[in-house]
Amino acid sequence: MTRSLIYSLFFHAIIILLTILSLPFMLRQPIDLPPIVSVELIQISDKTNIPYAPKARKVIEKVKKEEKRVVSEQAPPAAKAKEKPDRIPMPDEEKEEKKLVKKKQNPEEVEPQVRQSSEFEKKEIIDTNQIAALIDKAKEEEALTEKTSSKLTQSSQKNSFASGLTLSQEDALRAQIFGCWSIPLGLPYDDNLLVRIKLKLKKDGTVLKSEILDHERMNRPDQKFYKILAESALRAVRICQPLKVPPTGYEKWKDLQLNFNPTEMLKG
Amino acid sequence: MKKIFILSFLIILQSTFAHSLIKVDITRGNLDPLPIAVSPLHVDPKSEISENIKVKELGDKISEVIENNFRATGLFNPLKKEAFVQKPDIAHLKPRFEDWRLIKAQALVTGKLLVKDDKLKIEFRLWDLTASKEMIALAFTTTPTNWRRVAHIISDKIYERLTGEEGYFDTRVIYVAESGPKDRRVKKLAIMDQDGANTKYLTLGNELVLTPRFNPANQLVTYLSYFRNLPRVYLLDIETGVQEVVGNFPGMTFAPRFSPDGKKIIMSFAKDGNSDIYTMDLETRVVERITDHSSIDTSPSYSPDGKYIAFNSDRSGLQQIYVMKSDGSNVKRVTFGKGLYGTPVWSPRGDLIAFTKVRKGRFYIGVMRVDGTGERLLTENYYQEAPSWSPNGRVLIFYRETKSDSKGKGHSAKLWSIDITGYNERKIKTETDASDPSWSSLLSK
Repeated sequence: MTRSLIYSLFFHAIIILLTILSLPFMLRQPIDLPPIVSVELIQISDKTNIPYAPKARKVIEKVKKEEKRVVSEQAPPAAKAKEKPDRIPMPDEEKEEKKLVKKKQNPEEVEPQVRQSSEFEKKEIIDTNQIAALIDKAKEEEALTEKTSSKLTQSSQKNSFASGLTLSQEDALRAQIFGCWSIPLGLPYDDNLLVRIKLKLKKDGTVLKSEILDHERMNRPDQKFYKILAESALRAVRICQPLKVPPTGYEKWKDLQLNFNPTEMLKG
Repeated sequence: MKKIFILSFLIILQSTFAHSLIKVDITRGNLDPLPIAVSPLHVDPKSEISENIKVKELGDKISEVIENNFRATGLFNPLKKEAFVQKPDIAHLKPRFEDWRLIKAQALVTGKLLVKDDKLKIEFRLWDLTASKEMIALAFTTTPTNWRRVAHIISDKIYERLTGEEGYFDTRVIYVAESGPKDRRVKKLAIMDQDGANTKYLTLGNELVLTPRFNPANQLVTYLSYFRNLPRVYLLDIETGVQEVVGNFPGMTFAPRFSPDGKKIIMSFAKDGNSDIYTMDLETRVVERITDHSSIDTSPSYSPDGKYIAFNSDRSGLQQIYVMKSDGSNVKRVTFGKGLYGTPVWSPRGDLIAFTKVRKGRFYIGVMRVDGTGERLLTENYYQEAPSWSPNGRVLIFYRETKSDSKGKGHSAKLWSIDITGYNERKIKTETDASDPSWSSLLSK
């Protein structure tokens, strides 16, 4: 009896001792985590990609040749040449670039900067001029490719299938229609009220033909809300036209489907 | 053979790609009011002169009523008439759509009227300006004095065509008109059109009147009035003016309200210091007890299908809202938020319950789903209560009191309306102070 008591006391004492010794070390300081940086994962289509600079392209092509397997997985080699028409910048962009170049070449503005600038800055100014020259060259190249590929080929259609509109083009179109669409507020938000409209567009973005895909729903007496919603969607398209479509790749977007779904907005 | 195979494969591939369709999802839009042009109604020159009514001005007046109705919804933006290019008579025949589109209108209302043989004939058309087509065209014939109602009916038809839900313009509001100082308040029963026009007083103000409620099925009204200091439940037919006492109940009676079919009245009355909920069949006059609990159960309101009743009770300690089956079984508490909840009113659509909430000395009007989830407080103030639904379940009308100063002055009670989205809070013009509003169903239904 006494022996077991001694054992018990002994082991208890050991446990207490271990606890006293180890507990302070058990305390963990909170990990100082860096602030969370949110990163949006987006699918990059061909147009969203920054066009390769001529030099960079050569390097990339070299690398690709070395890693032939990877190339074949990503895209067929023939597609490289066919990507060119898509890389033509939009007319608006071209104008902006031209303006910028002019400003930089303006002697009145540049000269005082050169006088006061450090060597590093001088280099930078020279660099910009070089870049401007490069841009001009690139434009010439692109203009040539545009001439040669004025007729749309099978390959460009291929690209359109792979990518559709670019994210920015799609966003621009979406934002434009958001502004034109007055959502009828009396609609029930728990119903299936998706209106699909198929559009046939002209090159300037005006609507040639609009067709509601579930047209038979429009005339059903129990689908009053659907009719109201479809009408509001059609109004939005008509008010918005010409739609903000890219200047190139008409074949890609001449047929366009818009899916109007107000559920999120109505739920608030 | 191999070439043919490859060629056919390529053709199939091409056709697949050629038919690929770009799809763009549009999940957002603007909630701006729809720009609408309400052209003055063209008065037919063949119109005869009618007594008491200036026929020539009628076209302008009707379009003004329609315009005001639309503006009050917050869903439409009626455009200024000065910008209109086309004359009413030509616009009614065939509008030049491009002219109307120029002023950014998306819908156009045109119409004409003719007064002949002491009858007013009005026709109107609603045009979709973006699609360049007529959306609806209707004609009405009535007595010339009834022109305001026709304007409301036209507003309802247009509202329904453009929003998909029923309108609420051809309706009336019954309320308690208050006047005099707070300690000697005169309370009369009054009725007006939903836009504040055509006010009529239904009682003289000798007796105190409380809680008037419309029958959802017709133009009957039930209300509470004190006779020799005892509350009585009355029934009043607004069309005929016939009034009758429904019952002389022992003790205090509160908040009588109709069942959705209009055949019963549901109310609470206090017996031996305990309030419970009772119904009374209006035909047989049989009274049935619905709740039997030691707590105070008041403010019952039926669901539109008549299967459930919402009421408030302090059985959990604090006043909260409960829902039960119409026979009194299956009582469930639905509000669990902080503060006191009262005056539940079931929406005519059946999807929401409006209520008054009191928390930290402030009063809120809110809505929630029938199971108590999705609570949304629409408006907050010093004192406000008694929400009542528009017949389409989109707008609530309630009354709000302002605080009186230390001398007892500055106290007022006014009617207000608010959209269930919490936007478009509006004060409704009444001749006197007003409280306890109740919205009728559509008169033309």
